[in-house]
Amino acid sequence: MDQTKIEKIKSLPQYDQLVRERSSLAWKLSIAMLVVYYGYILLLAFDPAFFTTIVAGNYISIGFPLGVGIIIFAFLLTGYYVKKANADFDELTAQIKKEVE
Amino acid sequence: MGTMMKALFGLAVMAVAPMVYSAGVDVAAPAEKVTNWSAIAMFVLFVAGTLYITYWAAQRTKSAKDFYAAGGGITGLQNGLAIAGDYMSAASFLGITGMVYLKGYDGLIFAIGFLVGWPIILFLMSERLRNLGKYTFADVAAYRFKQTPIRVLAAFGGVAVVILYLIAQMVGAGKLIELLFGLDFNYAVVLVGVLIIAYVSFGGMLATTWVQIIKAVLLLSGSTFIAIAVMYQMGFSFETLFKTAVENRGNNMDILYSGGFVSDPINAISLGIALMFGTAGLPHILMRFFTVPDAKEARKSVFYATGFIGYFYILAFIIGFGAIALVVSAEYMDGTKLIGGNNMAAIHLSHVVGGDFFLGFISAVAFATILAVVSGLTLAGASALSHDIYANVINPNATEEQETKIAKMATLVIGGLAILFGIGFKDQNIAFVVALAFTIAASANFPVLIMSMFWSGMTTRGAVIGGWLGLISAVVMVVLGPVVWTQILQMGEAIVPYKFPALFTVIIAFVGIWFFSITDKSARAKEDKEGFEAQFIRSQTGIGAEGASSH
Repeated sequence: MDQTKIEKIKSLPQYDQLVRERSSLAWKLSIAMLVVYYGYILLLAFDPAFFTTIVAGNYISIGFPLGVGIIIFAFLLTGYYVKKANADFDELTAQIKKEVE
Repeated sequence: MGTMMKALFGLAVMAVAPMVYSAGVDVAAPAEKVTNWSAIAMFVLFVAGTLYITYWAAQRTKSAKDFYAAGGGITGLQNGLAIAGDYMSAASFLGITGMVYLKGYDGLIFAIGFLVGWPIILFLMSERLRNLGKYTFADVAAYRFKQTPIRVLAAFGGVAVVILYLIAQMVGAGKLIELLFGLDFNYAVVLVGVLIIAYVSFGGMLATTWVQIIKAVLLLSGSTFIAIAVMYQMGFSFETLFKTAVENRGNNMDILYSGGFVSDPINAISLGIALMFGTAGLPHILMRFFTVPDAKEARKSVFYATGFIGYFYILAFIIGFGAIALVVSAEYMDGTKLIGGNNMAAIHLSHVVGGDFFLGFISAVAFATILAVVSGLTLAGASALSHDIYANVINPNATEEQETKIAKMATLVIGGLAILFGIGFKDQNIAFVVALAFTIAASANFPVLIMSMFWSGMTTRGAVIGGWLGLISAVVMVVLGPVVWTQILQMGEAIVPYKFPALFTVIIAFVGIWFFSITDKSARAKEDKEGFEAQFIRSQTGIGAEGASSH
């Protein structure tokens, strides 16, 4: 990639928008995942008694919905990112490519 | 903690407990012979099918791009299945179900640790990897730097991870096949080695990917069947499942709670970092991002992979509890223990719910799983040797034909090494190898890769020194840790009390990269930093990225 092309792409408002929006979304979602996972680990480490809470019937402890919930949360986060990227980021990328190629 | 890890990387357990194997031989009572035949028939069918795919793939594998990256023509869904397949090894299928069988809820905590790295890989890495890379993760790590030192570092880290992983898989494979099929350990290991050399050297990435996809579908279907059969017997009530399980454990409710698995927060966080960042530094997983045509398919791959892996772990959890509830008949027990150990929980359960025929199916799937994972590893190791070392360091003017030829020779070498290590480590304590593989991947491969994409200030010197520091500290701290120092070398109390020292070694690598970059005033450093802008634009937009091949 030569310097003129770099300058051209950098000057495009779509490029600026793409980088800003994607970075912001990616970091927000990453932090959400890390907070949920390490929150769970720290809860296990510092308050094990919490996990003996029975939430339904006589045998379903809170850990089951919580654990399965984290797995589903991880899946939904990736789904949200892909949906957002397919809708917005690909469109911006296509516009940038059209401008410079 | 020690027993926990053994349970997880279950196949290793079979290696360290010879009594497990002799117990397995006792199974070969007349009634079990039928089982073995249905397993063998289904396995032969799988091998015939995959060899046909290899033949088909060989016709389409002409260029280096075909060999390393399946021509860049794999779709997001296919690649998602293949990534999930690489992740759902026999160790994780048998190990996680075995761990749930043994410990109950704690098994789920471990499974979650394995999953949560995937969203992070999607958000921060997958699209950039696809836009920047060609065949190996070193293509990305070395993008704007002096090629030779970074390629050597990346190839060293990559091959080290591959070899360690291969040792675990091959020894596990030999033990498992011996147990399930009654085939001698050495023959089993040679059989696995010869098959994977055939898949990889003739069919390249295309065959490797399809073997992985087929196995992933078989494993997911088989697990779904077992889980549904368990829930059917329990009237589709988790209350009944847990109640029956608790009753079988002498009304001890502990399996429903965490058994103090993460009582030590530093150990828990260090393990979490090893699993999360280690996953993002495994060469056989990273190379899958170069098999899809563009960034869009790369991101879809991770979405599908996360879904399949998460679904699989939920099934594994039901299967583990199902084994506690249903595997009670004396024919599965050796005293108070399961025949073949805790890691046979899923296998015995498949017999309870599906009889001899289904046991045969699940045994064949377990074998297929090993073949598929070992193929992926072998291809990753061969690519590091032929693409990073030969074509970028030894002979930068190599033609594509020369490079592909070297790649096939490297496949033979890695496959041969896999056989030798499998036999050589047969009776060794190999519980440390997977911990070491993940720690190296997290502390050498991952920091250099992620910093090269995110930090404009990184220089060749910083990357090389930081990466080697991470690699060396990972090896040293694992050797000084509880498994190698205390159990294998018997030197008494471990100097480093953590089985996964990733928390420390990852920090060492990142600080090393940072410090030796900011103090680097060389002309090369200036060049490295100036290259960031063009790299960043390509990573964001894909302009100039490697496209899919025409066929």
